Amino acid sequence: MKDTNLAESVDTMVRQKILARNVSVHYGETYAIKDVSVDIVANAVTAFIGPSGCGKSTFLRCLNRMNDTIDTCRVTGDIRIDGEDIYDRKVDPVQLRAKVGMVFQKPNPFPKSIFDNVAYGPKIHGLARNKAEMDNIVEDALKKAALWNEVKDRLHTPGTGLSGGQQQRLCIARAIATAPEVLLMDEPCSALDPIATAQIEELIQELRQSYCVVIVTHSMQQAARISQKTAFFHMGSLVEFGETDRIFTTPADPRTESYITGRIG
Amino acid sequence: MTDVLNSLLVQDDRTRRRNAAEVRFHAYGLGAIGVAVLALVLLLTSVVSSGIGAFRQTYITLEIPLPEEKLDKSGRRDSAVMARVTTFGYAPLLRDALLATMAQKGLTTTLSDTDIAGIISKEAAATMRDHVLANPDLIGSTVTLDVLAEGRIDGYFKGRVTMESAELDGRTSPEALRIVQLLADVGVIETRFNWRFLTAPDASDQRPEAAGLGVAIFGSLYMMLVVLVLALPIGVATSIYLEEFAPRNRLSDLIEVNISNLAAVPSIVFGILGLAIFINFAGLRQSSPLVGGLVLTLMTLPTIIISTRAALKSVPPSIRDAALAVGASKMQSVFHHVLPPAAPGILTGTIIGLAQALGETAPLLLIGMVAFVRDYPAAFTAEAGLFGEAATALPVQVFNWTQRADPGFAERASGAIIMLLVFLLAMNTVAILLRRRFERRW
Ligand SMILES: Nc1ncnc2c1ncn2[C@@H]1O[C@H](COP(=O)(O)OP(=O)(O)OP(=O)(O)O)[C@@H](O)[C@H]1O
Ligand SMILES: [Mg+2]
Repeated sequence: MKDTNLAESVDTMVRQKILARNVSVHYGETYAIKDVSVDIVANAVTAFIGPSGCGKSTFLRCLNRMNDTIDTCRVTGDIRIDGEDIYDRKVDPVQLRAKVGMVFQKPNPFPKSIFDNVAYGPKIHGLARNKAEMDNIVEDALKKAALWNEVKDRLHTPGTGLSGGQQQRLCIARAIATAPEVLLMDEPCSALDPIATAQIEELIQELRQSYCVVIVTHSMQQAARISQKTAFFHMGSLVEFGETDRIFTTPADPRTESYITGRIG
Repeated sequence: MTDVLNSLLVQDDRTRRRNAAEVRFHAYGLGAIGVAVLALVLLLTSVVSSGIGAFRQTYITLEIPLPEEKLDKSGRRDSAVMARVTTFGYAPLLRDALLATMAQKGLTTTLSDTDIAGIISKEAAATMRDHVLANPDLIGSTVTLDVLAEGRIDGYFKGRVTMESAELDGRTSPEALRIVQLLADVGVIETRFNWRFLTAPDASDQRPEAAGLGVAIFGSLYMMLVVLVLALPIGVATSIYLEEFAPRNRLSDLIEVNISNLAAVPSIVFGILGLAIFINFAGLRQSSPLVGGLVLTLMTLPTIIISTRAALKSVPPSIRDAALAVGASKMQSVFHHVLPPAAPGILTGTIIGLAQALGETAPLLLIGMVAFVRDYPAAFTAEAGLFGEAATALPVQVFNWTQRADPGFAERASGAIIMLLVFLLAMNTVAILLRRRFERRW
């Protein structure tokens, strides 16, 4: 753990965006994650990796309180964004989610037109003053999500009529259209071909300049390519967290090593 | 090629059995549809064949002199004085007009004058009296009026009454039928489309030819309006709250179970409830369409709630998550993203509920809507209050007419059933059109 500390001391200049301490999540009686503590920095990409069912999505959903919608779900611990406890009574989850956007593991476009899908967030948050501004926001978001060329001629056809990969990019466009400060992406490239994947990765690199991006991925190469920090989850616990380069070259925990070399998972 | 094991060109035993089972299932399905279609066709042909006659009516065209000395002795056209002449004062005028017409056409008969008067409906004198009282200037002139023929005569032109049956009938005779046939040949008697059936109120049980559905249609539409205005918003609001906002606990489970049970409660129970609450307790008027509408609202609510909840449930939860994740509030997510895709389902449920309410008889009997209503409700008159007047309803009218002895009413009852079916069809068409509209807007 020595070099983690070293790395962190080098990074003292970077701003901590999200601070999670001893976060545990229970679904009813069974726990999904246990005592997870991570620091997520602004202007960087943090990747969550780990075998299926280890609690990556669950932890991600804690960060914008989407777990509130699950009756049986109970979250304990402390999560702070910009130093503010997001589970504080005074916090309105609606306001929080405008600040912390999310792309879900399964594409879930609204059963509305492509345009309306992207325009919905900006509309309810009043980000556009007129039609022209809205058009710009939508076009910009769709271009960033590498979808514009495919849909520019059919913006008013249903978003649910797109292919799986296109729907996923539509959801990405929808999430970035509201200009969140933090973007949570749950396997955003799982249904994409290499070209679209490359475009999304490019987008993530671009977003990193101004946002804080957290991405869950099952692709080690992707995590290595795009992230600055990597967290490895296993059976509901955070096994290892640190600089991506270090995790992939000299993992401290044997479980991390087995996972990234493909022996468990 | 016989050495190929597992050839795809030969079906193995399992495949053959499976295919046979599928063929059998196909046949069962076709059989079931066949039985259903046959039953529907039988039902429709029997209703239409016995009810279509109600939409045609036999009229006698008469030139009737309106002598002043009989209808307005004072000569001052004072309506109070004129009203003293009852229908008995008008009936002889009609009889004489018919006799005059027969003489003019050169028809002779062995029938007595009274029997000839019997060709004209008893309702005709009342219609004529109303006409004259409404237009006092007509007195002294000769008017040409189409008056109703008596029910048996009407039946003769529709094939219900024959020479043989007239032989045994106290109210008509073969000779009368011969005369009316001759009158029809010269164009004095004519059978044509019967608007009165759709507009006139009910008539006494001696005069099927005059009975109409006007008040019943009015009452039914009135009640549908009350049900729509009350049940739709209450039902949809309840469902949205229960489905999207209410915490899941004992209480909400209890409410849910009770709503499902309410949907299964026999409709007559709602009638008793309505009688107790709206009439005995709240003091609303018996037989009024407002009370009918309230009772039907109670009955329709569970149907609307259940179908609305099902429609809301069928919207995938991921849509709600998507809306919440872009920072929509709970209410925005429901109203912007859950309701629109659920709207077609909600509409279908509502129309089914309304259709049920339209055809409901039992609860209306209990709140007195079975009463014989001779006049249109003066719905907005001061003394009755808003919606206070008595009215009847289509299914109740059917029930009423089927109980009357005159075979003319059997025809009317079937005609009323046709109207009921037409209304149901219209409602379903509206539902389909609305569905299309909503679906196109996703
Ligand atoms: N709504 C829920 N109710 C009950 N248990 C749940 C629920 N969602 C997730 N779980 C459980 O929590 C654990 C973690 O699930 P989670 O979805 O976070 O896994 P994951 O790491 O995202 O897996 P994957 O890579 O397959 O997406 C699993 O054991 C899962 O069964
Ligand atoms: Mg997941």
